[in-house]
Amino acid sequence: MKFSIQVNEGPYQHQASDTAYQFAKAAIAAGHEIFRVFFYHDGVNNATKLAVPPQDDRDIPKLWSELSKENNLDLVVCIAAAQRRGMMDVDEAKRQGFEDNNLKEGFRISGLGQLIEAGIESDRLVVFGA
Amino acid sequence: MAVKKFMYVNRKAPYGTIYALESLEVVLIGAAFDQDVSLAFIGDGVYELTKGQNTDGIGQKNFSPTYAALGDYDVNKIYVEKESLEERGLTLDDLQHLVWEDEDEDWAEKDSIRLVSRAELADVIADQDILLSF
Amino acid sequence: MGLLHTVNKSPFESNTFDTCLGYAKDGSTVLLIEDGVYAATTGTSAADKIKNASGVTFAVLGPDLQARGLEGKLADGIKVVDYEGFVNLVAESDSVQSWL
Repeated sequence: MKFSIQVNEGPYQHQASDTAYQFAKAAIAAGHEIFRVFFYHDGVNNATKLAVPPQDDRDIPKLWSELSKENNLDLVVCIAAAQRRGMMDVDEAKRQGFEDNNLKEGFRISGLGQLIEAGIESDRLVVFGA
Repeated sequence: MAVKKFMYVNRKAPYGTIYALESLEVVLIGAAFDQDVSLAFIGDGVYELTKGQNTDGIGQKNFSPTYAALGDYDVNKIYVEKESLEERGLTLDDLQHLVWEDEDEDWAEKDSIRLVSRAELADVIADQDILLSF
Repeated sequence: MGLLHTVNKSPFESNTFDTCLGYAKDGSTVLLIEDGVYAATTGTSAADKIKNASGVTFAVLGPDLQARGLEGKLADGIKVVDYEGFVNLVAESDSVQSWL
């Protein structure tokens, strides 16, 4: 089956991102396809490349980034939510006149239409939030 | 492109958190995809639709006028749970009067809000292909 | 199989669990995850409500129970699943409603 996932909360603050990650991993292990993971609301903060969590705990942005690379996943960060919260890739930062950008490898920024498309193209869409 | 039944489930009050506003933003963008769209307002979600919101004092943008524009986006199935209104001492009169124009009936103006019981809404929800929660 | 409903809030913190029960039709499944697993514990009004909802199947995410030290307090009649089981429930259901 084709699954898509929506993540509504940022890393650590709520368990949503952790549960979504474990779900995604289990779905892949069971042979399902993850069509897209869409990060909305504070969920865009899962894509930060600047997180330095304690050494003895999980690194949530890194876990997602690695899962993405290992399985060629499409991790999409909503541009509207990202702009509000200051999450920028290189292009968006340039467009806005910023020197810095903070989007981690493995994620891409795109529009809300990607969420709707994920719903249309997938067999199931599961939302993780608070 | 397949047409699926999308329902946006709203259970949170406006302004205290961003969920109501950002949920509405998905609805507006989603309207371009010509899917079978419904909105459900349950629990504190019914507060999103109240009349007379004035946000001058709190410094936030008053986004409630956007609900009135939904009819123009072909979003006209807006379910409001009766029990949630009653628990909160509200009636339909406390909510915005949301309408849409039916081009199949000479652009006759019709009500977009469908006041339904929990049991009726449960049947509608069970019939959806995609349920988005915020 | 009907819908899969998920609840991730403690029944003592918010009314999400009660709301979910109001919407879970016979033949559907309710999966308790994250802080929602507290509704699966014995000696609570939540456990009584679960017993009374006889047409609905209840499941709980095992890892969340274990994390919270609740394995010994699981109420009767609730299936324990892992993340693979969660995936299966999603696949077997018509659609998923996440009560947040």
